Amino acid sequence: MRYVDEYRDAAKARALAARIAALCEPGRAYKFMEVCGGHTHTIYKHGLEDHLPAAVTLVHGPGCPVCVIPMGRVDDAIHIAEQPDVIMTTFGDMMRVPGGRGSFLDATARGADIRMVYSPLDALKIARENPGKRVVFLAIGFETTAPSTAMTVLRARAEGIENFSVFCNHVTILPAIKAILDSPDLRLDGFIGPGHVSTVIGCLPYGFIARDYGKPLVVAGFEPLDVLQAVYQNLIQLSEGRSEVENQYARVVPWEGNLKALAVIDEVMELRPTFEWRGLGFISESALRVRERYAAFDAEELFRIPGGRVADPQACQCGEVLKGVLKPWECKVFGTACTPETPIGTCMVSSEGACAAYYNFGRFSRDRVREATGT
Amino acid sequence: MCLGIPGEIVEILKDRPDLAKVDVSGVRRAINIGLLEGESLVPGDWILIHVGFALSKIDEAEAKSAMDFLTSIGQAYEDEMAALRESMIEEG
Repeated sequence: MRYVDEYRDAAKARALAARIAALCEPGRAYKFMEVCGGHTHTIYKHGLEDHLPAAVTLVHGPGCPVCVIPMGRVDDAIHIAEQPDVIMTTFGDMMRVPGGRGSFLDATARGADIRMVYSPLDALKIARENPGKRVVFLAIGFETTAPSTAMTVLRARAEGIENFSVFCNHVTILPAIKAILDSPDLRLDGFIGPGHVSTVIGCLPYGFIARDYGKPLVVAGFEPLDVLQAVYQNLIQLSEGRSEVENQYARVVPWEGNLKALAVIDEVMELRPTFEWRGLGFISESALRVRERYAAFDAEELFRIPGGRVADPQACQCGEVLKGVLKPWECKVFGTACTPETPIGTCMVSSEGACAAYYNFGRFSRDRVREATGT
Repeated sequence: MCLGIPGEIVEILKDRPDLAKVDVSGVRRAINIGLLEGESLVPGDWILIHVGFALSKIDEAEAKSAMDFLTSIGQAYEDEMAALRESMIEEG
């Protein structure tokens, strides 16, 4: 366990924090966005903001796939689940996500057959074992899960399983980052790049952030020292007037990504012209759909989905939280009307959501104490 | 579902070279290794698993580091492991 100890070494964290503080220009405030929900967890769990100088703020981004699914798509999924002979399958995180007509759990109570699975391969097995049923896998996630869905479609075709299809809601992270950079709401100084998404897409696709927007991006691991190191590398770049993509997580993330995974996604899926994200609105070429040559496995082709838009509940400020404009505890209903037990918004539903992470770990954050005490 | 869970390869299935028997925190499951085509995987190797698929080969130290991160986040990891235990992916 020496390696882990090394990463959790408090003395090392303090030394790194001191180097970070030394790099901050007096009078300047820095905002870095951690794109991935996993990093948000690390930050809140280990109270990393308490290690950072007051001039450095970490802003969490849209990297929670459950959180960004709009309510209309949940309704569409429930519509499919309620068709005759359908078994709907999905990851556990999706079960409590509210749509305009309630959640999957509510639909289950009304009689729909909705089953939690760990993997799309579990859904395929259900299809194999229930030839008289139409088994639909509700596919969600960024580039970390899209290859798995694509591989499962290829397997279904190879085995000739005709009663399996995918309701594809895969999204891609780069257009969301671009939308945030283009938004006037938030001025960022740099990014902590997502670790696991990058194992698939590699580091090259982030180039435009450094080149066109002049912002550093450091792909980082999930240990507390990884995140601090990424902040440090961002600050070094800024102090030297550089903006580049760096890979702090090279022990897992290959620079070129996983080429097989990218090829499999490209074989089965293509970019949609546009897709609605909760809180961010419509973003062009930001999501994937099943290609026409695999239409037999595309639930959107097989079922007539309503495709309606549903506005988020007025009290819910998930949109602002997802864009990094609000911290979770600044939302009007955080911790009162909206809790993990009775969530109003997706950020509190998903275990990867910023609100759930903060609710579970972060109640004593420096910012909140400061706010409460007016210091 | 975005959590990468480390697992140790126990056996590559002879009749299904895209599947490996993997020990994930004491739970043995069939994991699809088809996305690591270029890697030469052997028993004892560690992989990072996302929803039943290995996405990267890692070393043992990184596996321990990843497991430490997962146990530190609590409920989300427990949910993922509970789902994995229920998983019925073909065993070859």
